[in-house]
Amino acid sequence: MEYLKIENLRKTFGGVVAVDNVSFDVEQGTLLGIIGPNGSGKTTTVNLITGFLKPDSGKVLFKGRDIAGLRASKITNLGIGRTFQMVKPFYRLPAFKNLVVPLFSPRVKRMGGHYGEKDTLALDILEDIGFERDSAVPYKPASILPHGYLKRLEMARVIALQSELIVFDELYSGLTLAEVASISPMIEKLIETGKTIIMVEHRLKELFKIAHKIVVLDQGKKIAEGSPREIMKQPSVKKAYLGVEL
Amino acid sequence: MSTERRRERIDRPIKAVTDDIFCLSSMREIAYLVIPRILPIVGLLLLGFLVPTYWRKVIVITFIMGMMALSWDFMASCGLTSLGQALFFAIGAYSSAAVNHYLGLPIYLSIPLGTLIGAIISTACIYPALGLRGIYFSMVTLIIPLMLMRVVETTGILGGTEGITGLTHFPGMFITTTISMAALWATFFGLRRLIDSDYGHIFVALKDNDRAVEASGLSIRWFKVQAIFIGSAICCFCGAFMTHYYMSVGMSAFAVDLSIFPIAASVVGGMGTLAGPLLGAIILGPLSEALRTFGSFRVVIYAALLGTFIVTLPEGLFPYLARKYQQIERWVEAPGGISED
Ligand SMILES: Nc1ncnc2c1ncn2[C@@H]1O[C@H](COP(=O)(O)OP(=O)(O)O)[C@@H](O)[C@H]1O
Ligand SMILES: [Mg+2]
Repeated sequence: MEYLKIENLRKTFGGVVAVDNVSFDVEQGTLLGIIGPNGSGKTTTVNLITGFLKPDSGKVLFKGRDIAGLRASKITNLGIGRTFQMVKPFYRLPAFKNLVVPLFSPRVKRMGGHYGEKDTLALDILEDIGFERDSAVPYKPASILPHGYLKRLEMARVIALQSELIVFDELYSGLTLAEVASISPMIEKLIETGKTIIMVEHRLKELFKIAHKIVVLDQGKKIAEGSPREIMKQPSVKKAYLGVEL
Repeated sequence: MSTERRRERIDRPIKAVTDDIFCLSSMREIAYLVIPRILPIVGLLLLGFLVPTYWRKVIVITFIMGMMALSWDFMASCGLTSLGQALFFAIGAYSSAAVNHYLGLPIYLSIPLGTLIGAIISTACIYPALGLRGIYFSMVTLIIPLMLMRVVETTGILGGTEGITGLTHFPGMFITTTISMAALWATFFGLRRLIDSDYGHIFVALKDNDRAVEASGLSIRWFKVQAIFIGSAICCFCGAFMTHYYMSVGMSAFAVDLSIFPIAASVVGGMGTLAGPLLGAIILGPLSEALRTFGSFRVVIYAALLGTFIVTLPEGLFPYLARKYQQIERWVEAPGGISED
């Protein structure tokens, strides 16, 4: 039985077919990259998997169970965490209090493993992800944090949730090379600890270094699938990515 | 080359000390901390018990309206911008009236029961609209009370246009004032405590980013239900209280004024601060009464004052006062400023 199996997923918005009969699967403990030009349906696919959209047809089988159309919070509690391309912090709350919210989730209660005060726990997670603990940064309201920190905060949420399958939607967009260089090892570490990851990414160079498999979308359709090495050779991919160096 | 000058805001020296370190070294510092906390409580006590009899009635109504404003502000902080606090008020009013009139339960049971039953019915009424956001949600809250009012009118249930009269009254003005003031403070401190707690942060998060709340594994619907229940319970208490205060309930419980006042008070006082809406209600309640002498021209003056206030102080009175109290402004030279060559 596959860990995550996407079957003939389809989603239309009015006349636009955003995701067109897309199928692929992800093995447990691996990193799948999803690439494709802007508007090719990557974010929509993420939303369909994580319950933020209901598919018109098709299945999302997570450990054999069809989760397509379940509430997003339900899916989160089943162990699928996600980040947003457009960061979604709780602006009025201090950075570390942003993590207190997921710490209230049924999943965290069920999983245990987190001990002690929620505040301390939140600060621990933030420290691991690059918020200097002794600085003022974790205590600042999210509304005044720089973009790089907000991206980390997105990532911190799925770590707080102890998600087993993590979907990153363009985590690297808007980050400096140095920031990407500091986050990449964290993602590799997640894989080492047994997590499964789906990464939607435009920064192909960084992605190809850590991905086990790549799925290429173009205009809602899957046009290629394979190892990073194979994908780089595909002419159809080069065409879809005209002007992007692989 | 000329040096630019700019105005700078800095924390008052006392504030800078007291915010971080609690070493109360002088009476001055103690006073600085304590006065803003004592003043409102003493002020309301004086207001509630020392004004002439006629005004005491106004003050009781003002306290109740203050609770309505707190409820509105709390719900708005959760992203639930309601245009229909009157709905909750009316449901609470009719619930307690029904319990008192049809079941014959005494006042000390009918008010709590009316509050509880009312909050349950209110939440059920709003439940189908919980999936809506922003103005769509607001519109539904505006429509439902108008609709229910017509239902009462045309079907004649719950007394129809006549209303239900002859309800038990409060034992006396002292008790009435005490209960309303106690309820107001309980609401204020209760809500503030909730908002500042970790659990309360979920409600704040609901407004900031409901999708991220779902992505945190929490059902936004469930937390909105809780927010509506808390917010409507406060208004239902107000309705139940006023019903017994007037000894009757009628269709006026659905009046749009009851929906507008909390918003006006919150805007005047400063939205999202709880203290602001409370302050706003304490100002607007008596003001609206004082303007009665102007007859029907009252509304014009009231509206003009309100408008002027909002335009000159859009942040709200409370945030403005808090800033003035905690910070001083001074002119400083800005050598790095724009120089004219
Ligand atoms: N909520 C929506 N309503 C209407 N159209 C949408 C919506 N979301 C996405 N689309 C459309 O679906 C297509 C795929 O979008 P998206 O999944 O965001 O692409 P990507 O993430 O690959 O850039 C685009 O044409 C986009 O305009
Ligand atoms: Mg996208």
